[in-house]
Amino acid sequence: MRIILHIWRQKDANSPGKMVRYEVPDVNEHMSFLEMLDVLNERLIEQGEDPVTFDHDCREGICGACGFVINGIPHGPQPSTTVCQLHMRHFKDGDELYLEPWRAKAFPVIKDLMVDRSAFDRIISAGGFISVPTGSAPDGNAIPVPKEKADLAMDAAQCIGCGACVAACPNASAMLFTGAKISHLALLPQGQPERRDRALKMVAQMNAEAFGACTNIAECEAVCPKDIKIENIARMFRDFISASVLKRAG
Amino acid sequence: MSAAAATWERTIRFWEASVGKKVVMAVTGAILFLFVIGHMLGNLQIYLGPEQLNAYGAKLHDLGPLLWAIRGFLLLTVALHITAAAQLWWMNRAARPTGYIRQSWVQASFASRTMIVSGPLLAGFIIYHLLHFTTGDFLSGGLAYTADGHIDVYANVVNGFSYWPASVVYILSMIVLGYHLSHGVWSMFQSVGLNHPRYMPWIRRFATAATVIIVAGNISIPVAVLAGIVR
Ligand code: FES
Repeated sequence: MRIILHIWRQKDANSPGKMVRYEVPDVNEHMSFLEMLDVLNERLIEQGEDPVTFDHDCREGICGACGFVINGIPHGPQPSTTVCQLHMRHFKDGDELYLEPWRAKAFPVIKDLMVDRSAFDRIISAGGFISVPTGSAPDGNAIPVPKEKADLAMDAAQCIGCGACVAACPNASAMLFTGAKISHLALLPQGQPERRDRALKMVAQMNAEAFGACTNIAECEAVCPKDIKIENIARMFRDFISASVLKRAG
Repeated sequence: MSAAAATWERTIRFWEASVGKKVVMAVTGAILFLFVIGHMLGNLQIYLGPEQLNAYGAKLHDLGPLLWAIRGFLLLTVALHITAAAQLWWMNRAARPTGYIRQSWVQASFASRTMIVSGPLLAGFIIYHLLHFTTGDFLSGGLAYTADGHIDVYANVVNGFSYWPASVVYILSMIVLGYHLSHGVWSMFQSVGLNHPRYMPWIRRFATAATVIIVAGNISIPVAVLAGIVR
């Protein structure tokens, strides 16, 4: 099938970008979206043109490296699917697709469809961890975790940090990401000692990175390839409020 | 640092955080929501006749200083709600300096995306409403009074809504309020962290039902006046 692409081309962070039209006349329906871009890129290279830059790594939907906006929807129209796992059979002959990078002040464009997401790493460094003594591994069953909590923590931990939530949010808010990371540790016994500090510090870092604030539009939840629910944002609010009220020092 | 200074600093930090401002939006929103319900219950007494409505109005006015305290509290609540909203809006615009060329919505409701429009429209309506029925400046002939010197609420309402453009403004404003509440009421639960899969569907239903009742109840009054049912 024939696919028409309008792709955001931007040389580097400081250059202005623009949409450029490309045509891929022989797309196979079994290709993934990224494989289709590979085909396009090979042709661009043969023609001596600059290939389209996009982020990717595992291509299995588990690493969170890939992602751009297809016709206004992060990761494209297929729910619960990263763009690397999106197959061309979901499109039809003659489709015109607009590809744009994640748009957020906190995610500056590096080149074309690739953005710098290190703001997420800094939110994690601010508190998305637990302090454990290194050395011998702890006994696997020493700390009992109720099944329900383990499941909820796992649901939150599924977040691969791709940034689709930020891209989908009209406010470029990172609250689904931060909420998921706070929830994942807050639900487990190992996360308790640093729970209050974590909520305060991660929220503060989120603001410092110039992400916007949630207006409960819930578009993030609809595009999340890992089905993270906004219930996790509410849990972050609970932790932030209780930490603000109850923390004794600081 | 003294305990008071530490508490103050912590309060400031709470306000400065996006999450803190959202909590302020939710709590002030909840107060205003309760006020709107109370206000509607007061309004609906128009169907019980002039004596009942005027007696209710007189009772409120006779509260004296307490009435002014309530008015001051409501004004402060509105001011906080607007300030937090304006600051969040500013911050949110700054967070997305470049928009998308193609924008689609998967599940975001129209009401949720237009709170920043419905909010200022409602602020404008509140000012108009106060100048209309509270001060009487926008009421043709000004406020009417009963024989015992109280405001003749009933006569003012009939007078005000008999002028159809005023009724149209009220009806449209109530529809805007409906949009604002349909997103705001459930949101105020989410924004203070109250989201649980067992209760959220009921919170959503409650929000929808409350919105419909408030909009229908308030709109019924200008309609009843224009239809000649209340006169
Ligand atoms: S490339 Fe790893 S999730 Fe898509």
